[in-house]
Amino acid sequence: MQQIINFIIRNKTFLLFLLLFVMSILFTIQSHSYHKSKFINSANFITGGVYNSVNNITGYFNLKSQNDILVEENNYLKSLLYNSEQQTDDSFFNDSLSFDKHFIFGSAKVIKNSYSSTDNILLIDKGSKDSIKQDFGVITSKGILGVVNKTSKNFANVISILNTNSQISAQLKKSNHFGSLTWDGKNPAFVQLLDLGKIAPVEKGDTIVTSGRSSIFPKGIPIGTIEDFNLDDAENFYEIKVKLFNDMTNIEHVYTIKNIDIVEINNLLNENKNE
Amino acid sequence: MNNIISTNILRFFILVLIQVLICSHINFLGYINPYIYILFVILFPVKNNRVLFIFLSFLLGLTVDIFLDSGGMHAAACVFIAYVRPVVLKFSFGIQYEHLTMKFDAIEFGSKITYITVLTILHHIILFYLEIFSISKIMLVLQKTLFSSIFTILLCVLITIIFSRKTK
Repeated sequence: MQQIINFIIRNKTFLLFLLLFVMSILFTIQSHSYHKSKFINSANFITGGVYNSVNNITGYFNLKSQNDILVEENNYLKSLLYNSEQQTDDSFFNDSLSFDKHFIFGSAKVIKNSYSSTDNILLIDKGSKDSIKQDFGVITSKGILGVVNKTSKNFANVISILNTNSQISAQLKKSNHFGSLTWDGKNPAFVQLLDLGKIAPVEKGDTIVTSGRSSIFPKGIPIGTIEDFNLDDAENFYEIKVKLFNDMTNIEHVYTIKNIDIVEINNLLNENKNE
Repeated sequence: MNNIISTNILRFFILVLIQVLICSHINFLGYINPYIYILFVILFPVKNNRVLFIFLSFLLGLTVDIFLDSGGMHAAACVFIAYVRPVVLKFSFGIQYEHLTMKFDAIEFGSKITYITVLTILHHIILFYLEIFSISKIMLVLQKTLFSSIFTILLCVLITIIFSRKTK
């Protein structure tokens, strides 16, 4: 016993180093697996507060470009509204209590953007207080942005599509062939669409949208256009380079998407798994 | 003594804030960021006890990790350079360090640069290796390490020159 204590005292620096080093490696490994990072995230009172107060100041610098983006979107929505076949008379109204909706949208602001590392995580200023939960989708007016991971009372972490762990189901706009959207960690303007069958009619310039197969995003949210494509090593699937509609380096106003049926869908999927 | 403690506490918070609010959003050429918070590890008083030093470095790294949502990679890199610092000190300053008479304000410029360079490169290799986390992308790790190291070393040397108290 004496010897053991002596040994610990003699090597206390090394043992402390080893302990802390192993701890941080464990945290790192956790952060590299999807939805596992438990303690180390910026959706907490202190870091969220710091980012929020700084964003209150820096938000003014890109007001102009953000306003342009919002006006552009309004323009597009107006053109949809007044050109639609359906007459928009007084009887047409939309409230959040109607039961035929599957997705509920909310607005939020990105207070910490990140795009330069290989696993990018954003922070938005809405949290569990605004009934944001894990697995809500997040989009901008131009296209897809990511999926909510951790929430605190006032803030939420969003796993960006620029994250090597993220996998989102996507498809061609003109046909229903689908694949999974991943990122190789290199250029924030491009993502990769993998596992798209060889039989699909792929052409440069085609639009890629979300497929609606996951319970997170509704079908048809724009992602990007095909920049380049080739067959993978086994020559069964395409590897497609997708140019994003979003400028991931300039993001402020985003929309969160809640799928009302998510519980039902997940229950059904789990039942199938258990059988 | 009191002065040293308050200086280091102040330095801890100021470096973390500068790092997470400014330096991590520079993204020069898309991905090159300086990591100047390691100045805390570089400039920590030599004579202090090592257990406290390693623990503080871990805390520093963890704080940066929480802000940047990066798991524990900054903590790991910080703990590592804190542990190997005596070896690096001996390597770059030799006899001056062994007699425990050195102060960071009154050392040769050449050996100071060697010291900062070695620690920075060690820190960055571990950091980017843990960030990318795959052996097959070793070239990307080395590329990021090289460019970010140049940026970090330049800034660290500049900051130490600007904030050094003249003793001559």
